[in-house]
Amino acid sequence: MEKGMKDHAALAEAFINDEERVDWHDGALWWIRQKRDIASKQIPEWEDLRETASRIKNNVLSNLHDYLLQFEANATLNGIKVHWAADAEEHNAIVYSILKDKDIKQMVKSKSMLTEECHLNEYLIERGVDVINSDLGEYIQQLDNEPPSHIVLPCIHKRKEEIGEIFHEHLGTEKGVSDPTTLTRFARRHLRDVFITRRAALTGVNFAVAETGEYVVCTNEGNADMGAHLSEVQIASMGIEKIIPQKAHLGVFLRLLARSATGQPITIYSSHFKKPREGQEMHLILVDLGRSRQLGRVDFRDSLKCIKCGACMNTCPVYRKSGGLSYHNTIAGPIGAILAPNLDMKKHADLPFASTLCGSCSNVCPVKINIHDQLYQWRQVIVREGYAANTKVLGMKAMAWTLSSPTSYSTLGKAGRWVLNNIPFAVNNKFNPWYKQRDMPDGPKESFDVWYAKNNGHDSEKD
Amino acid sequence: MSSRENILAAVLKNQPPASPLPDIGFLKGNAVDVVAQYSGVFASIGGNVFLVKDLAAVDALIRENFDATKRIITTLPELGNSFELLSATADPHTFDDVEVAVIEAQLAVAENGAVWLPEQRMGQRIVPYICQHLVVVVAAETIVPTLHEAYGQIGLGQYGFGAFIGGPSKTADIEQALVMGAHGPITMTVLILDQVG
Ligand code: SF4
Repeated sequence: MEKGMKDHAALAEAFINDEERVDWHDGALWWIRQKRDIASKQIPEWEDLRETASRIKNNVLSNLHDYLLQFEANATLNGIKVHWAADAEEHNAIVYSILKDKDIKQMVKSKSMLTEECHLNEYLIERGVDVINSDLGEYIQQLDNEPPSHIVLPCIHKRKEEIGEIFHEHLGTEKGVSDPTTLTRFARRHLRDVFITRRAALTGVNFAVAETGEYVVCTNEGNADMGAHLSEVQIASMGIEKIIPQKAHLGVFLRLLARSATGQPITIYSSHFKKPREGQEMHLILVDLGRSRQLGRVDFRDSLKCIKCGACMNTCPVYRKSGGLSYHNTIAGPIGAILAPNLDMKKHADLPFASTLCGSCSNVCPVKINIHDQLYQWRQVIVREGYAANTKVLGMKAMAWTLSSPTSYSTLGKAGRWVLNNIPFAVNNKFNPWYKQRDMPDGPKESFDVWYAKNNGHDSEKD
Repeated sequence: MSSRENILAAVLKNQPPASPLPDIGFLKGNAVDVVAQYSGVFASIGGNVFLVKDLAAVDALIRENFDATKRIITTLPELGNSFELLSATADPHTFDDVEVAVIEAQLAVAENGAVWLPEQRMGQRIVPYICQHLVVVVAAETIVPTLHEAYGQIGLGQYGFGAFIGGPSKTADIEQALVMGAHGPITMTVLILDQVG
């Protein structure tokens, strides 16, 4: 953690204070998780699909160099102008130079976590270019001057009354109006004017096909298309890991993506962009931004298989109860906690600790990333490199010593049980970080060793 | 070195040892009663679906269900007497006032309710997105069980743009309340042309 910056636990505290909101947020996301379960159970070969997707991605990672070249060659043949950007600054400069070339001062953008990572909006605004996020959730977040709190559901943490208030303040809707349909219709009219007047549109990329040089953008609202098909300059920003080898593989990923994300059988719009429209310019920016480095981290490279469905967030008990903004990173939740330390280990040292390691994230991941194992591995790297918060280091050191010594484990177990049962206030206090938001359990009457010996008819030598 | 070369060099250096592509040939749907499955799935995602026997019935159905005093455009020459034939060369912005667009899909997917529309069938890329109501005609015999058969037929695809569209534009960004017509069509109707039946 950087000095003066709040960590996940501190940021979550504000969210947790509003208990009613926590319960609601928790319930809303769990409902989506359940929709995912129902949708996945309707596909008999669901597990085979996950395994296949995971293996296709293994192949992608092991041939990424060649696939990137193949994609670039085919996209160029299709008439797409391909650019390469090592980092956020270079990506933003490319976007700006494309706009400047055409003297364009206004752009409409559809959902792209990558441009959020790059802080593109701020960069362009500083240079006099106005950018509007057209995904409704992102638009609301932009009006409220907040980043998205979820990669699929950007304003999932906001209540409709708060959104009504934002619309009232910024768009002049009547005070007190909070009906979702009324607000959506209002935004629809407003954003139609935006789409009609913007000369440039930027989209993200869900998949890029090496074999054909085309890229696929998935939205439910149709906002990427409204922007792209009305613009004279179309820009797509993609992380280099979004490549898939063949077009037929889209069948595997599109079957998994929407079902994992929201339980829908397919995203409403899966748009395949291959060539610019007559008279239009099409640019595509391939962005590294730490991906090639993560590829070299053997324990963490699998995180690059992520297709950004959000399922791991919807199922994570920590995410559901702490809110996406507490992760102080563009990608929140379990996968964000793996990707973020790669970019800045010091700044994001707290994130791999924001997990119960229950494994629910790995169980739902459509590309079978071993998310909770990687979180556990990051903790070790972070402690080894000296970036962990002091409370956690002491706790972990004590735990490591206890677990590595049977005698101390047994002795401390006895002491622990005695403390829990006899002086609970000694552990139920603010010096014990585990007591926060929890009541410590009553201590068991006997140790596991004693219990095991009794129930298996052996005498215990120990204890 | 340029960023391109730097990135490619870093990727080459860091990528794991070769891992073969899995065979996806085993992924196939069940072709039994795709029309019924399609209709059920499409209705469940908020679409309207009708079985029609010919294009005259399509014509009548559109008049019955939509406001014919407003702008209705189509790419189907057979409907050209009733509705405006879509111009492939018009400025895309001029479609902003289209009430209904009637286009024909190349195929539809039973498992997810989506239709496949290559650019040629849309007439113009913007049309299925900018209209207030989208009507898609699809021949019953072109409905395939899953996306795997769909991509099998599409192949590499001779199009500059193409899309699977599975329902009206929707959002659930405000407290998870489902609202149809976020930016694109408020309704989507699929007319399954069953000339045998
Ligand atoms: S890590 Fe897996 S579950 Fe999480 S967003 Fe990525 S693909 Fe989805």
